[in-house]
Amino acid sequence: MSAAQLIGDWHALFVLFVAGVIPNQIWRMLGLWFGGGIDEGSELLVWVRAVATAILAGVIAQIVVEPPGALASVPDSLRYGAVAAGLVVFLLTRRSIFAGVVAGEVFMLAGTWWLG
Amino acid sequence: MALPSLDSPQWQSPWRAFAWGLRSITQTILTLVLFATYLGIGALAHDSHFSLVWALASTLFVWAGPAQIILITTLGSGATIIQSAIAVTVSAIRLFPMVVSVLPLMRTPTTKRRELFFAAHLTAVTLWVECHRFLPQVPRERRIAFVNGLGFGLVSVCLTANTIGYFLAANLTQTLGAAILLLTPLSFLFSTARNSREVADVVALALGVLLYPLAAKMNSGLDILVSGLAAGTIAYGVHWWREVRA
Repeated sequence: MSAAQLIGDWHALFVLFVAGVIPNQIWRMLGLWFGGGIDEGSELLVWVRAVATAILAGVIAQIVVEPPGALASVPDSLRYGAVAAGLVVFLLTRRSIFAGVVAGEVFMLAGTWWLG
Repeated sequence: MALPSLDSPQWQSPWRAFAWGLRSITQTILTLVLFATYLGIGALAHDSHFSLVWALASTLFVWAGPAQIILITTLGSGATIIQSAIAVTVSAIRLFPMVVSVLPLMRTPTTKRRELFFAAHLTAVTLWVECHRFLPQVPRERRIAFVNGLGFGLVSVCLTANTIGYFLAANLTQTLGAAILLLTPLSFLFSTARNSREVADVVALALGVLLYPLAAKMNSGLDILVSGLAAGTIAYGVHWWREVRA
């Protein structure tokens, strides 16, 4: 792989800073400057946390429903089944992240192998 | 590995404290979860046509898994810079109360704000959880060095995972590449579910997943923001309703 391929184009790196680094970092720096005097249980923060969780949930759904790259080669039923199987094992193992991830992966790999 | 007692001479040197922080990454299952997550992020970046340097820079400078996958997924599916920036910043607001609550654990009366800069940058959910666990066992005047060591260790693990994931996605068979990509939704779904202590969080997570396909049908280009705002606000409504009734 060449240096140019490793770096990619500079425009993409610029977008990373404008759309990713700055909008993310600004909250940490605000916390550093204006720490103290904020109530973690305030109603506004409960709403913000709920919206942030739902946005992340939407992205998780997007990756499974409209998968990028190699994941698109896996049939819909196997992708949804893998998430469902992982979720069942996660709940049965008293919320073990590790067990849930392994179960989902095994389901998808076994399914792909079984379907040929 | 147990940390030295609070009055041990081991804590006299800040570098020793940094090293103890670094070694502490071996003491938590969360390191393994982070490794799997960042393996997936590396693969996701590859299959969404970002360069390896881009993926590493996002880990180093953003250092927040949710913001990174939101950024990669939205940009990769054609969102504008503004749309991605809004989705990222909303996901990052939670960092504000985290930083506010974690920095007082390391502050001494003589601590200057710039000494806390790296600790603030390194603050994300994993570090936040580990600080509450480890810091009571660390003398206050060595806590910044300890946290810097812990954070440096976690970032290194994630950069390594990114690189491995990126090259695996480039070189593996399609099936194994798909398996690595699947790590991201699985690990985020379960780690978010695990961190959801209040009803509002659980409702937001479940509704957020279910409403996204509906919002995507509207094809507004703002799918993620629309479904997130709707599901999050409904979840908040459920929380509010329960409070009122209680």
